[in-house]
Amino acid sequence: MTTTPVTDPQGVGEPQLAPEETVEVRRPDPWYRVVWSSSKARVGLVIVAVYVLVAIFAPLIAPHDPTNSDFVPLAGPSAENWLGTTTNGQDIASQLIHGTRISLLVGLFGGLLATAIALVIGMVSGYAEGTLLDDALTFLTNVALVIPVLPLIITLVAYSDTRGVPLIVAVIAITSWAGAARAKRAQIITLRNRDFVTASKFAGDRTLRIVFAEIMPNMTSLVAAGFVGAATGAIGAEAGLAILGLGDSGSVSWGTMLYQANAQGAIAQGLWIWVFVPGLVLGILITAMTFVNFGVDLLSNPHLRED
Amino acid sequence: MRYFARKVAFFLATLWAVVTLNFLIPRLQPGDPAEIMVKRLAGKDSQLDPAQVQAMRAMLGTPDGSLWSQYTGYLGELAHGNFGLSYTYYPFPVTEVIGQAIWWTVVLVVVTQVLSFAVGTVLGAYAAWRRNTRFDSVVTLGSTFLGTLQPFWIALLLIYLLGYTLGWFPTSGGYEAATPGFNGPFIQEAVSHSFLPALALLVVTPIGWVLGMRNTMIMNLGEDYIRLARAKGLPDRRIALGYAARNALLPSVTGFALALGGVLGGAILVETAFDYPGLGRLMGEAVENKDYPLLQTLMLLTTAGVLLANLVADLMYGVLDPRARRAQS
Repeated sequence: MTTTPVTDPQGVGEPQLAPEETVEVRRPDPWYRVVWSSSKARVGLVIVAVYVLVAIFAPLIAPHDPTNSDFVPLAGPSAENWLGTTTNGQDIASQLIHGTRISLLVGLFGGLLATAIALVIGMVSGYAEGTLLDDALTFLTNVALVIPVLPLIITLVAYSDTRGVPLIVAVIAITSWAGAARAKRAQIITLRNRDFVTASKFAGDRTLRIVFAEIMPNMTSLVAAGFVGAATGAIGAEAGLAILGLGDSGSVSWGTMLYQANAQGAIAQGLWIWVFVPGLVLGILITAMTFVNFGVDLLSNPHLRED
Repeated sequence: MRYFARKVAFFLATLWAVVTLNFLIPRLQPGDPAEIMVKRLAGKDSQLDPAQVQAMRAMLGTPDGSLWSQYTGYLGELAHGNFGLSYTYYPFPVTEVIGQAIWWTVVLVVVTQVLSFAVGTVLGAYAAWRRNTRFDSVVTLGSTFLGTLQPFWIALLLIYLLGYTLGWFPTSGGYEAATPGFNGPFIQEAVSHSFLPALALLVVTPIGWVLGMRNTMIMNLGEDYIRLARAKGLPDRRIALGYAARNALLPSVTGFALALGGVLGGAILVETAFDYPGLGRLMGEAVENKDYPLLQTLMLLTTAGVLLANLVADLMYGVLDPRARRAQS
């Protein structure tokens, strides 16, 4: 196959090879194409998309109300109850479908909140590197990093009367931002002495504007990767809390299904489907999100790109 | 020497932060925390033992003192090892209840942590050496998938498969009839009861070691000293184990202590599934019975344990790697 060399118009970088048919100058790939170029990320994105659709249309897809306990208890799979029923006569399939909502909600908002905290602390700390403020924030980050998360979350939630999704989201976010904050601090330290920052300083921009409007857009991929990671962690943490009976009491999640199954002795009664499916869909979702992050990592680290 | 002093100072400061956090958590809500909790308990099961109110007061102090005097009082009680009375196991002090459970968890966590470190590191090193082969992708993807699974769920599946269906292992508790102590029958029962909980943790924990070891080792394999070793004609085995793997192992030393927090979290869930008589099950009971003195002491104790492990790892790292001692941060 013959290829025509095409030079980069700005003269930056190596001459690039373009296939014969395309004569146009090759621009850097847009972000979505980079992410999509990873086969793992493609699989992950498709799976996550399916989960999102299931969550949005849960009431339409689910055959029954998840809290309805009018069915024959302990029934096996049938046309009426696809995955059978619980000891309380609830439909397992409907619980599973509705449970998608809680996990994705907690993942979305827990991820957003944890990323926001990590951004503010990491950026401010890194930009103020070497000052007392940086020392204080770095200490805070290191403390938050070494404290084991689950015992702290359990204690915080156990004290609260109302255990709704907002409380769970808040508690998970304030205990899980530290790793991402440290990564952002390291990144901004490499960026803050670049020419465009100096230019912005000389132009008289305020520090907050420099940090969040000038420097932050250069860290989008790191922020995105941090968000996916935080959302994944939040989904796992919600399941852990619910398994211990500390979940949102008003709704059904995969974690509360496992809690109920264990509390009602599902295993001893041979109701393995009740136990098997919630953990499986949870594991698949978390694996899919981990795969998505393989693609997002390609954005921040071009060396990893597969082509 | 400054390196070691700084690490010890960080440990003490973090410990202080955790103790203070532990003091503040019950006081985050408005009003007298003891009053609120007494009311909540009373509402829950109408009859409230006055002794429980007493226990609550002992933990939270009297409402009339200022926050500062409550704080100093709290620190004083802690310094004397007085953590209050458990009201699940009333009238036993919290320390006594925890003292009976702690070894179960320590043994479980330490054994699985060491095994998962060994398994993960060996697999990761071999995957790096055979990079981009089928073995590499199976190990990398396999451990990623297993690592995302919920340990509690793995525990329930193991109970179902190896416990109920096949009947190979006991599925609940820590021992049967033997008298706890250092005697043959008890140790045998304890080991057979610990097998499934340890296995459940072993499925989910090696992922960090596999990926960490693989990535560091791949980086090390690109270094000049590896090229020199190859040029000298050293056998592959020697290059892989004596050179690349040996150096790649170093970052894992600090990772070892940090990962302990994760294993502890997994152990809490796994113990709940197996009704294993350790700190995790105790924590579950404390949550269920709103046994706040027990819950808070468990939080404090587990956190302090992880912090201490981190200190030890940091100090060891300083001994092993002279560069760490010289580095600024």
